[in-house]
Amino acid sequence: MSNTNDWPLWEVFIRSKQGLNHKHVGSLHAPDAEMAIKNARDVYTRRMEGISIWVVESVHMHASSPLEGEELYEPANDKIYRHPTFYDIPEEIGHM
Amino acid sequence: MSEEQLQRDFQSKLDAEIRIEPKDWMPDDYRKTLIRQISQHAHSEIVGMLPEGNWITRAPSLRRKVALIAKVQDEAGHGLYLYSAMETLGEPRSKAIDDLHSGKAKYSSIFNYPTLTWADMGAIGWLVDGAAIQNQVPLCRTSYGPYARAMVRVCKEESFHQRQGYEIMMELAKGTPAQKAMAQDALNRWWWPSLMMFGPPDKDSKHTAQSMAWKIKRHTNDELRQAFVDKTVPQGEFIGLTFPDKDLKWNEEKGHYDFGDINWDEFYNVIKGNGPCNKERIKARRAAKENGAWVRDAAAAYAKKKQNKSTEKAA
Ligand SMILES: [Fe+2]
Ligand SMILES: [Fe+2]
Repeated sequence: MSNTNDWPLWEVFIRSKQGLNHKHVGSLHAPDAEMAIKNARDVYTRRMEGISIWVVESVHMHASSPLEGEELYEPANDKIYRHPTFYDIPEEIGHM
Repeated sequence: MSEEQLQRDFQSKLDAEIRIEPKDWMPDDYRKTLIRQISQHAHSEIVGMLPEGNWITRAPSLRRKVALIAKVQDEAGHGLYLYSAMETLGEPRSKAIDDLHSGKAKYSSIFNYPTLTWADMGAIGWLVDGAAIQNQVPLCRTSYGPYARAMVRVCKEESFHQRQGYEIMMELAKGTPAQKAMAQDALNRWWWPSLMMFGPPDKDSKHTAQSMAWKIKRHTNDELRQAFVDKTVPQGEFIGLTFPDKDLKWNEEKGHYDFGDINWDEFYNVIKGNGPCNKERIKARRAAKENGAWVRDAAAAYAKKKQNKSTEKAA
């Protein structure tokens, strides 16, 4: 039981200041969520890098595959009418 | 997609300076090289805590003591950032650590030298961290995303390490004759091993060419070593210390310092395990793991107990 293999891997997300998103910073091993947060504090916020920490067990992370990236994002490519510049507005109107 | 196509995609990303990310396809050897380099780097951070840890209880003032503790703690953090980057390549941390403890994995040869006096804390911060910074700054642009990001964090923290070391040297160098002699002695002992930190000369470096092609490395060992010498010599002269190299002198024409031959036999001998402290370092790492086993077991048992309780409640 003394193998760290028994400690799952956790992904760590940190909010650097109020008003910003939590951002992925790395991972660490810990026996449970509480310890993962404590370890994350020591490993990733020694210099006030954060005011809030999220940890998620890595096995619960699901990701898109980079190989299907093109098909996944391609449909957005030709939908230029989703962008404001697609529409002509007379200059006299100013900023809209 | 065919292997060929994948290989072409990979290469075009490298050419365009686009980072490779964990789930991207990569050649097996690229992955292996990264696992080797990142784990060695992580081990160096962790083993590197030992020579300085040796002086924490004997730091000459509270100011020096808190600084040294903070620095050693940072090195633990660096090791963890790097193990974390390595694990994104599919290599478990526990395996890397077993390889370190069995002697299969290498770490920087510099940490196999003993820390004999307080001045060694100055010399290590100034020279060893200085050399590490020289190596690590270009690694912030290394082609593998998680490694590059770990290096950005590391580099942000390193500059305090070097400054606190140089401050120690400066203080000793302007102290009593005995203190100045202590600083000089530390510089004499750490100078050559610091130059060895950049690895064998380019002509003998078996990994450099491929690592440069993969943009894992951005400069050769000799380029980095020269840049370090050019930067460091004036810093030593400024505080009135001399370097233990009679061939060291400014070369106006080249715009660089010339320096003497490095004793590569010593380097290879230390790498092979015959440095003054190799056995002691690995013994200390193994003991740390074994003596901490009950803490890890207790934490795992506690986590399990809590989990059982919460499932009971839910049932
Ligand atoms: Fe470090
Ligand atoms: Fe450092």
